[in-house]
Amino acid sequence: MYDFAYHKPANVADAAKLLAADGEAKALAGGQTFIPVLKQRLNKPSAVIDLGGLGLSGITLAGNTLTIQAMAKHGAVAASAEVKKAISALATLAGWIGDTQVRHRGTIGGSLANNDPSACYPAAVLALGATIKTNTRSIKADDFFQGMFTTALEPGELITAVEFPLPVEKSAYEKFRNPASRYAMVGVFVAKGPAGVRVAITGAGQNGVFRHAEMEAALAKNWSPEAIVGIKTPADDLNSDIHGSAAYRAHLIGVMAKRAVVAAG
Amino acid sequence: MPQVSLTVNGKAHKVEVEGRTLLVELLREKLGLTGTHVGCDTSQCGACVVHVDGNSTKSCSMLAIQAEGCSITTIEGLAKADGTLHPMQEMFREHHALQCGFCTPGMVMSAIDLVKMHPQGLSEAEIREGLEGNLCRCTGYHNIVKAIAAAWPLMHGHAMPAAAE
Amino acid sequence: MGFEGIGASVKRKEDGRFLAGRGNYVDDMRQTGQLHAVIKRSDRPHAKILSIDTAAAAAAPGVVAVYTGADMAAEGIGGLPCGWQIHNKDGSPMAEPPHPVLAVGKVRHVGDSVAVVIAETRQQAKDAAELLVIDYEDLPAIASVRDAVAPGAARVHDEVADNQCYDWHIGDKAIVDAAFARAKHVVKLDLLNNRLIPNAMEPRAAIGDCDVAGNYTLYTTSQNPHVIRLLMGAFVLHIPEHQLRVVAPDVGGGFGSKIYHYAEEAIVTWAAGKLRRPVRWTAERSESFITDAHGRDHDSTAEMALDEAGNFLALRVRSLCNMGAYLSTFGPAVPTYLYATLLAGVYKTPAIYAEVRAVFTNTVPVDAYRGAGRPEATYLLERLVDTIAHDTGLDRVELRRRNFIPADAFPYQTPVALQYDSGDYVATLESALKAADWAGFPARRRAAAARGKLRGIGMSTYVEACGIAPSHVVGSLGARAGLYEVAEIRVHPTGSVSVFTGTHSHGQGHETTFAQLIAAQLGVPMSQVDVVHGDTAKIPFGMGTYGSRSLPVGGSAIVKAVDKIIAKGKKIAAHLMEASVDDIEFKDGKFTVIGTDRSKALAEISLAAYVPHNYPIDELEPGLDETAFYDPKNFTFPGGCHICEIEIDADTGVPHVVNFVAVDDVGRVINPMIVEGQVQGGVAQGIGQALIENAVYDSAGQLVTGSFMDYNMPRADNVPNIHVGTETTLCTHNPLGVKGCGEVGAIGSPPAVINAVVDALSDYGVRHIDMPASPQKIWSIIQAGRPALAAE
Repeated sequence: MYDFAYHKPANVADAAKLLAADGEAKALAGGQTFIPVLKQRLNKPSAVIDLGGLGLSGITLAGNTLTIQAMAKHGAVAASAEVKKAISALATLAGWIGDTQVRHRGTIGGSLANNDPSACYPAAVLALGATIKTNTRSIKADDFFQGMFTTALEPGELITAVEFPLPVEKSAYEKFRNPASRYAMVGVFVAKGPAGVRVAITGAGQNGVFRHAEMEAALAKNWSPEAIVGIKTPADDLNSDIHGSAAYRAHLIGVMAKRAVVAAG
Repeated sequence: MPQVSLTVNGKAHKVEVEGRTLLVELLREKLGLTGTHVGCDTSQCGACVVHVDGNSTKSCSMLAIQAEGCSITTIEGLAKADGTLHPMQEMFREHHALQCGFCTPGMVMSAIDLVKMHPQGLSEAEIREGLEGNLCRCTGYHNIVKAIAAAWPLMHGHAMPAAAE
Repeated sequence: MGFEGIGASVKRKEDGRFLAGRGNYVDDMRQTGQLHAVIKRSDRPHAKILSIDTAAAAAAPGVVAVYTGADMAAEGIGGLPCGWQIHNKDGSPMAEPPHPVLAVGKVRHVGDSVAVVIAETRQQAKDAAELLVIDYEDLPAIASVRDAVAPGAARVHDEVADNQCYDWHIGDKAIVDAAFARAKHVVKLDLLNNRLIPNAMEPRAAIGDCDVAGNYTLYTTSQNPHVIRLLMGAFVLHIPEHQLRVVAPDVGGGFGSKIYHYAEEAIVTWAAGKLRRPVRWTAERSESFITDAHGRDHDSTAEMALDEAGNFLALRVRSLCNMGAYLSTFGPAVPTYLYATLLAGVYKTPAIYAEVRAVFTNTVPVDAYRGAGRPEATYLLERLVDTIAHDTGLDRVELRRRNFIPADAFPYQTPVALQYDSGDYVATLESALKAADWAGFPARRRAAAARGKLRGIGMSTYVEACGIAPSHVVGSLGARAGLYEVAEIRVHPTGSVSVFTGTHSHGQGHETTFAQLIAAQLGVPMSQVDVVHGDTAKIPFGMGTYGSRSLPVGGSAIVKAVDKIIAKGKKIAAHLMEASVDDIEFKDGKFTVIGTDRSKALAEISLAAYVPHNYPIDELEPGLDETAFYDPKNFTFPGGCHICEIEIDADTGVPHVVNFVAVDDVGRVINPMIVEGQVQGGVAQGIGQALIENAVYDSAGQLVTGSFMDYNMPRADNVPNIHVGTETTLCTHNPLGVKGCGEVGAIGSPPAVINAVVDALSDYGVRHIDMPASPQKIWSIIQAGRPALAAE
């Protein structure tokens, strides 16, 4: 790892200021992806801005909104009574991210800001039509994810919370793990809620998370596993690697989607 | 050079570190606690797992400086002062859950957290899933799974609910 | 103290320190004044080194020295030696190109060592290594064995034509060809044995040190410190043995990968001599992936000739085997004498002919990995047997039974050099069939089908050769070393015992098993026995631990030394009790005058030996300390039957092992708990090879699976509980009757798993699937087979 200056601001404004002032500075949330990247010397930040002092780890259920603050750990989301009550599939998803140790430190904000194409959270955020709150604005999930490792976040902009609209009538997440890394090779989140019927796919797409319009239309008409049987996913824009060809991933999208619909009931 | 103040195995330390110093480097190089091992550089093997404020954590994926104010327990801090082993250590010995011993410290630290996090009991499948973050190349996991199941009642002070098994 | 004799599952003595975090692995050691070495690795598969500019690195903060291959060459440092010379069909020796410690002129695989940067801290050395400017000219890379033998292929070594290391054969071709000519059936199978990366959990590490008098010490993660001293001292650094101490302390797993003499050991030792400060190096895991010797990587064709009744008439095998870019210490021996000699397996096939062509590629050197050659032979044979059953319609259990070497046929001479001393393949088969409830499988298959799962069952019946090895035999086959073992037993004055063994424990539990053995033989409690290993300054000599040799060879040396202790003890006892030596018997720790109640405990005898006031000093030296070298008379031949049951998710192709039974004959069992653990660990590695592990190079020679992110290591949820049973026939030629248990799991299991996968997919028209049987591969078979299935 290259050395860097380390700052641990106590509030969001200071953190944003530090990041805005130095284009080479990077924010550190849970660090479960970022620190391994630094160890590989794949990134050379001038300064690391540790967001661990911001608080921002609350999970609240109020009215028609489930709010998860950016520094909430995966493990906390997985165990949260509020999350389980409002959107249990989201708790399930959080409980499947990485391993126990990653879940003790990794955060929802870090995961979304990084937008790893094989991360789990983007599927839920997109399928549930969540809103990303930052220090400066609110961003709709549909506008937030802009391709692999790319988001709508501006330099110096920090995620503070994610708001999930309620009530979510049905939802489920099914994940086919990369056999080696255990990241999502194909993850499918299906939901029926305020944002309508949505199917979001992570892990498979070359451009990161995406919605599956054909499945959404079919499920909107008839929420049942049978409704999506036979829907083929074009393999053209899907990833292909030693663990799975694009064609295999396309097939798995169908299998995981069907299982998710069954699980959602 | 930045300083970090932390408690390790009940003892307070104030240590100079670089920004880039990992927690595991602080433990091994600065404090001489070489029981915590490094088996990979991609955060997968789990040989470096310690408890940070009670939570199992990969000490290779945390900066030392992030541990400011934290209470760390390493494998060296598990046994009582008189040498009495933690029940998990004892069951690892009893069930031959270690061979070369290299993954063992991380495995034991993860296993303790796993048992703590499952007061309702642990099935064999849950134990196997719960060890996702720890690699062992020697044992085939068979005896590790047995040892963890055997440690559960010792840690919780009562038999595992039958439904969980 | 419970029963701790032979056959007791005594808890391990070594566990206390490991569980407390007090193990002493190489990277845990600290030396005053230590320096840190970082090795600059080639990121090119094959390239000319045009220039190396070290100036910026040498000037970086904390840097003490930067060395390249030219610096080592200037001092006459030798290349890394190969320990085994194979001869071609025509009798000429194999091609043996030089293997420089630091690359000279060319790099030949990603990970090849190019330069070393030595600095006050590891981070400084790492920072400085980035400042090295290396100008390469890329050369075409050979990424696979098929590439290596393609017409017009580029050469990995300029002086090695056709990239061929050797073209070797064994068996009688004429007899085999004749048998094929008259065969009723011929069944042929092409199969790959996938390349594996050992991945012992402890990355390799080495610390070199040199005192003012020029005495060197190397601390290294080795399975055989004396072998390293011999190879590095004699061939590389030219340091005589008395000035070179090699210590292998606690070592975190080996599986073969820590047998070999590696460049880093020579680099840190040599640099310590130049700098007169300790120099340490520890691999990062990504470095391990591209520098630890890999395993397997065979591309084979097997053909069996059969008569009408399904009797095996002859076997013909052709294998193309990968040596990697350079010859590792044992590399050439693996696909020859550790592989083709096992092709008879457990069958009485009367004629066998095998041709093995080994080639160089621009990949990491390939050498022995748990099982070494025998897993490749077993996989080939046991897949072939199941394919014969598939093609002929014969029952696979019956086919095996029909061709087994019968229990009354031992000693059995195979057509491929080995003579098996003992075994009972029906006994292990029957026991495994019962434990796995083979007969009940059809019902389980139907039940699985009702749940939408494809269930299959598969077996392998195998024999392996270990306990390596008789020195004169391996010498005649090209080994450049003897393969005996050494034990020194020191009975201390008050009767406690230290045993110094030339084997090395890196997970095998020698501190327990050997103590148990000695306790039983000398009649002292285990707590009074200390097992010392891993230090050339303490142990007289030794060849180390690999090839499941520690107990059969090392244990036999211990028995021999114990016999010497007892023989001397009897003389002392005879003197003390004024009896004839012939009238003294030793039993349960006591020397007794036969037929009397007069006896002396071992501690009384040892005290007399060290305080020889009343002692036969004219005939006998004082002291009670004996050394024995034991050279085995033959290999040992563990065998057995493994049965795997698997369920496949037809929608995704994901296989899941639901039951695994291993019934092995490992000879006499000293500590069943340890034996079971060894088998379970080996089986997990075998399941790993069969289903998930694969080292993949792309066509350009880059290792695609260069970290745990892409190399699929078995985790706890990849393997089932592993039922282990034993059926024992004793080894007839060593004093303990032991055969060895370290590798059987990895040898017997892969074909059992693949046979189960093929069985599960039997409705889909599959005849063979190459390892690893990944979900994607299985899904493809299901996709391809669906139309055929639907048409039925």
